[in-house]
Amino acid sequence: MVSKRAVDVAVSLVLLALAGLLGFDNWRTGMGWDSTGPQAGYFPFYLSIILGAAALYGLAKEFLAWRKERGETFVAAEQFRRVLQVFVPTLVFCLVTQWLGIYVSSFLLVAAFMIFIGRIAAWKSILTALVFSAAMFVTFDIAFDVIMPKGPVEAWFGR
Amino acid sequence: MEALGLLAYGFKVLLTWKILSLMMVGLVLGIFVGVLPGLGGPNGVAILLPLTFTMDPTSAIVMLSCIYWGALFGGAITSILFNIPGEAWSVATTFDGYPMAQQGKAAEALTAAFTSSFIGSLVAVLLITFLAPGIASFALRFGPPEFFAVYFLTFCSFVGLGREEKHKTIISMVLGLLLAGVGMDTVSGQLRMTFGLDELLRGINFLVAVIGLFGISEILLTMEESLSLRGHAAAISPRVVLQVWKDLPKYWATLLRSSAIGCWLGITPGGAIAASFMGYNLAKRFSKDKDSFGKGRIEGVFAPETAAHASGTSALLPMLALGIPGSGTAAILLGGLMVWGLNPGPLLFVEHKGFVWGLIASMYLGNVVGLVLVLSTVPLFAAVLRVPFAAIAPMIIVSCAIGAFAIQNAMFDIWLMLGFGVVGYVFKKIGIPLAPFTLALVLGNRAEDSFRLSMIGAGGDVRVFWSNGLVGTITTLALVLLFWPLLSRAFDALKRKKA
Repeated sequence: MVSKRAVDVAVSLVLLALAGLLGFDNWRTGMGWDSTGPQAGYFPFYLSIILGAAALYGLAKEFLAWRKERGETFVAAEQFRRVLQVFVPTLVFCLVTQWLGIYVSSFLLVAAFMIFIGRIAAWKSILTALVFSAAMFVTFDIAFDVIMPKGPVEAWFGR
Repeated sequence: MEALGLLAYGFKVLLTWKILSLMMVGLVLGIFVGVLPGLGGPNGVAILLPLTFTMDPTSAIVMLSCIYWGALFGGAITSILFNIPGEAWSVATTFDGYPMAQQGKAAEALTAAFTSSFIGSLVAVLLITFLAPGIASFALRFGPPEFFAVYFLTFCSFVGLGREEKHKTIISMVLGLLLAGVGMDTVSGQLRMTFGLDELLRGINFLVAVIGLFGISEILLTMEESLSLRGHAAAISPRVVLQVWKDLPKYWATLLRSSAIGCWLGITPGGAIAASFMGYNLAKRFSKDKDSFGKGRIEGVFAPETAAHASGTSALLPMLALGIPGSGTAAILLGGLMVWGLNPGPLLFVEHKGFVWGLIASMYLGNVVGLVLVLSTVPLFAAVLRVPFAAIAPMIIVSCAIGAFAIQNAMFDIWLMLGFGVVGYVFKKIGIPLAPFTLALVLGNRAEDSFRLSMIGAGGDVRVFWSNGLVGTITTLALVLLFWPLLSRAFDALKRKKA
């Protein structure tokens, strides 16, 4: 099983790479001084160096500890399955929002989540999802005029 | 007594039907948000922020701050009845609150929690009323070096005083500062860290990050733990309320101590979480009967709740007076100020009197109304927890997505939110604190601007941060705080050598 320490090491590596990337980009932008004072890259360049140093410290510390003992697990298989149960639908929801708009996708997300993951009766789930999406539509689109991604279904209603 | 006159003016701004009804809506939404595990003060405020985009600033901040007060009250309900802290700062409330509920004294525990929340906030609001205008007018004389020194102090105190591992606090903060710098540089107009991506030209919006980090990641964590909710029922009768209130004076020392701790930790960015634990531990230490703590002692509810609320409320003091938020929620409210077109900082007290005093007046009114509301509606909100999580989780996700999109009308922000959700989940699990990140992201640009303006003014001489007594003191204090863990270790070593 993946241990917490292993994830810690991996995160440190990612942060180290990020620090390198950002440091390089800011060096390219200009990290020195000119006649008007510090250049645009000055502040973030030194921040990247601090980030890199802190990540390196964490990396060394966790790696040494990890070699001694693995420590507690990051997430158990059963727990990870449950996390995916909510993460995957969210991912799909974001994708679908691009085509169908946020109101239709939210109806689909709430209904599907309640039926398949909550194992709640289909009619209850669909009714809840319908009421929820309609309430969101009324609140944001009609009452408060907040612009949201919309799709073909809203267009049929002329909104 | 100028403050009293201004406060009266604030009440006049507040007492319109529109604002009063928004206040009620905010409180109810807030209690709701506080009761639900997986949401909470900062998340609720961040998610509901888009509702306020079309309002005028005063109505908007009154509604948002009432959501916050409501969430503070709501957090106690789940801690006591269900042994599930709705908020991290309610954890200490479960130590004695839940045992009380098990002994059939849920009503007493709830009354104690709500009352002490009210007292804690009241002390903090009084502090804000009388201290904030003074601090703001003092800060009007600040130049860029002073402002940078204050920002620096804020950052350093996180590193020096935080309980997390130091390098993790630094990582979180520096990452926030770096992300704040993405996009167009405000001084030179140059593009930074955009890597040719058009979507990054706007920069990374603070609120999008917050919604992902707090909202989405919290849902992932809640799912992981798979909560099964089994709670105690409770209704509060007026007799119980009066009984608890009659005993209040006996606990004056606890209440006062916790209020003081809370105010102090709220103004310095220590936060409500630390305050609630500290309040609890000190009450235990000073008690004659230490062993009865954790077994359902009413003082064990008074102490953490008072401290948490004093801290949550007083965190608004530096936000109003200096434009520096003392907590995650205050940082989000500050983000809101910018969306509504206000410029946070000491000038707020001069240029937007109605806004500032309306907000302060709403803190008084919101707390009184909130107290009455929670005392009378506990059974209703406790019933909310019986709604299956499978129904609530997708609704929260949708609200998060709506919130993230509404800020800049960008689909990219929804993806960004999802990304931050995953980052938040991983960070929380490996112990990288999120509060420093939030603070750095919201203050980053202003900290950098004040640094560069100071440097330009001084011709690149770093000694400008010691150029007068005030700025020198703040900068030195900041450095002491930054190296405090090392210093205190050195002191200890010296002491041991002598002994």
